[in-house]
Amino acid sequence: MLHYLLKRLAFMIPMLLGITLISFAVIHLAPGEPDIVGAEMNPKVTKEIRERIRNIYGLDKPIHIQYWMWFKRIVKFDFGISFAPDRRPVIDKIKERLPITISINILSMVLIFLIGIPIGVYCAQHKDTISDKFLTSFVFAGYAMPTFWLALLLMMFFGVYLELLPISGLKSFNYSEMTPLEKLWDLMSHLILPIGISAFGGLAGISRYMKNSLLEVLRQEYITTARAKGLPEHIVIRKHALRNALLPVITILGLSVPGLIGGSVIFESIFSIPGMGQLFYMSVMARDYPTIMGILVIGAFLTLIGNLLADIMYGVADPRIRIG
Amino acid sequence: MKKVFILIIIAAGLASCGKAREATFYDDPGKPAYGDTIITASIGEASNLIPILAGDAASHDISGHVYNGLVKYDKNLNIVGILAKSWEISTDNLSIIFHLRKDVKWQDGTPFTAHDVLYTYKIIVDPKTPTPYSGDFKPVKEAKVIDDYTFKVTYEKPFAPALQSWSVGMLPRHLLEGTDITTSHLIRKPIGTGPYIFKEWISGDRIVLTANNNYFEGKPFIERRITRVIPDLATMFLELKRYTIDMMGLTPLQALKQTDYPGFKREFSKYRYLGFSYVYLGYNLKHKVFGDRRVRKAIAHAINKQEIIDGILLGQGVEATGPYKPDMWAYNGNVRRYEHSKEKALALLNEAGFEKREDGILVKDGKPFEFTILVNQGNDVRIRTAELIQKRLRDVGIIVKIRTIEWATFVNEFIDKRNFEAVILGWSFGPEPDLFDVWHSSKQGPKEFNFISFENKEVDELIMKARHTMDQEERRKCYFRIQEILADEQPYTFLFIPYSLVAVHKRIKGIEPAPAGITYNNTEWYVPMEQMRYSSRATLSP
Repeated sequence: MLHYLLKRLAFMIPMLLGITLISFAVIHLAPGEPDIVGAEMNPKVTKEIRERIRNIYGLDKPIHIQYWMWFKRIVKFDFGISFAPDRRPVIDKIKERLPITISINILSMVLIFLIGIPIGVYCAQHKDTISDKFLTSFVFAGYAMPTFWLALLLMMFFGVYLELLPISGLKSFNYSEMTPLEKLWDLMSHLILPIGISAFGGLAGISRYMKNSLLEVLRQEYITTARAKGLPEHIVIRKHALRNALLPVITILGLSVPGLIGGSVIFESIFSIPGMGQLFYMSVMARDYPTIMGILVIGAFLTLIGNLLADIMYGVADPRIRIG
Repeated sequence: MKKVFILIIIAAGLASCGKAREATFYDDPGKPAYGDTIITASIGEASNLIPILAGDAASHDISGHVYNGLVKYDKNLNIVGILAKSWEISTDNLSIIFHLRKDVKWQDGTPFTAHDVLYTYKIIVDPKTPTPYSGDFKPVKEAKVIDDYTFKVTYEKPFAPALQSWSVGMLPRHLLEGTDITTSHLIRKPIGTGPYIFKEWISGDRIVLTANNNYFEGKPFIERRITRVIPDLATMFLELKRYTIDMMGLTPLQALKQTDYPGFKREFSKYRYLGFSYVYLGYNLKHKVFGDRRVRKAIAHAINKQEIIDGILLGQGVEATGPYKPDMWAYNGNVRRYEHSKEKALALLNEAGFEKREDGILVKDGKPFEFTILVNQGNDVRIRTAELIQKRLRDVGIIVKIRTIEWATFVNEFIDKRNFEAVILGWSFGPEPDLFDVWHSSKQGPKEFNFISFENKEVDELIMKARHTMDQEERRKCYFRIQEILADEQPYTFLFIPYSLVAVHKRIKGIEPAPAGITYNNTEWYVPMEQMRYSSRATLSP
């Protein structure tokens, strides 16, 4: 086991190196340069000012030297300083946004699993009935519907017409003056719409997985045996079928680890949530190379770890598979 | 399920009962009082709150409340003193002596002196400072402190934009000298002399400012300013309709149609003023066809500017005839105008050698008259303007193609490489009418702004003359003549100047739209005591 782990971890190093090299090349291929002081098409910024600023940021050096400079820093876990005018360390910018994105993603994932798995089980048990078809249409509607459209409609309904829920943001402007209970309610009411909507979009995948996997298991001979020995149906499902059917779902859990740090730009913009999606989008638009590279490296690292985790979890959950 | 639904309806009913107010509740102008909060929103987050280091509007909106310049523009765009009580311009027009106010303190209590001014100047011209504003200070020959409250600056030769350049926010020397300004903590926690004190910045979410009790012009009435970051304009508009933000710029469609209902009118006032920007159709004058002035004039005749203003801006704009807006002193309204006339356009094009083919397309030397207008992605107004122009030019027999391109690519691959035939773009400008960077023939290098390659000896001379005289009447004459030449030459076809449309909550009083916009007097805005909305439980330190 340990041997296997070390081998996998060692393999990750050249992989990461390759990823950074390709990412660095690709982002430098995009036309344009960091718009460091809002200098693009600003008549106040003369050519000399621009050259001076390029020199300060090392942009006048050839690209392989720029990569080498970046690489020398990254091996010391120094992500560098953002090219955005705020000149903050990249790691600080990521650190303040990562928890928000991760908590929202975890909450919505919990919701997806809590609702999606029962829906899948129900649909498998009641295959081809009206309620199965209704639930299937429901989850697919969620999958197919553009989130921004649904979000705007619900914001209009709950926010503007009913005045029940806040429209956007995470906290009210007077959050710091609230009692702890008010704070909790404030945070919750801000999160209902974003989490509800993002979970709605994710239901289809997990419930379909669950349904198919359960149907597969229900066809197995040991289920027939269980039924034949006279067990009540709910015990057959819960004890014998579900446990086996959940195995592939566990793999999905592992594979969704890298997804936890990614945010959707449209979604975050609509709800004014300061998350990773916006940070990444803005740094790409501003050609803020250190920030782009920082996010890509962390993302690549987490993807590799997530894959490893999925493999390990599978082995732990299913005694038939042994790793190493 | 049914019960929950009924509960929701009841709750909604109750909620709306509580909010119902008489339609005239906010009409009473009341008396100025201290207190309340104004909540605004910005689509982008501020980046850097040291004014000289930031180029984005979001940052300047915040730092403008925290810092003061030596001078500022008043409502009618005249330069008046703010940190400077008065100033003298020497008889040779080479130096300015500023007399500073003696009662100004930094927000940490340290007195403001001429040494701070000198520091601000030095840090701007320091080659290690990444600032976009050093251009205005390059012509300075010498800057010196005469005594604590007198500052003298001398120029190489008379420099007209000199005075306005001192509107840049003054920085506290005692906190910055000897440190590296690019990593200073003032970037995120500014300390200035201005009417508001920085309180809190929650990244990606909001910035909070509170009134400065010791502000030298008197404490501003509104106690708190909160600027939220709302990246999506549709969301921002919903927040406005929910009354959770107090002020927002509107599109013409929002201003005329989507806010035209009693609930909105009860709570908001709408203001309108001419913005500092214009949109133009610019020609690449190095291009064979557009090098001919008659062709440019013909296109000006073929375009119907009024139709663009009525159809796309819903009437919320005025026709542009030159690089200024009508309420500026430099604006000349008596320049040649090009009325919409197909006949005149055709006559000019015939003169330039174009003949109509049987399918109605104009041809010269066997080649049809065909060109591409470039527009930047995401700017809907410009894209639709291009479409209207396309149709009007087709009427006279010119084939126009439209290409929409992402901004960075647009600038780097097309504008900078002169790889375009015509573009629709806009310029934002300030109250200072200097035209050097956009219109002088020496400004044609890469990354410079005369990218259409405009060259006119007389304009060059007039620009330099106006730039190096301190006499406003003299300058006015120069700029009037330049506008006549530009109208006659048509290197751009100036299209329109859009109105800025702003909704502000009705409880906020004291707003008077003027050529400078509405925010020039925002320290005098107030909410009458009985109309206040947000009381603050938090104690505010002075």
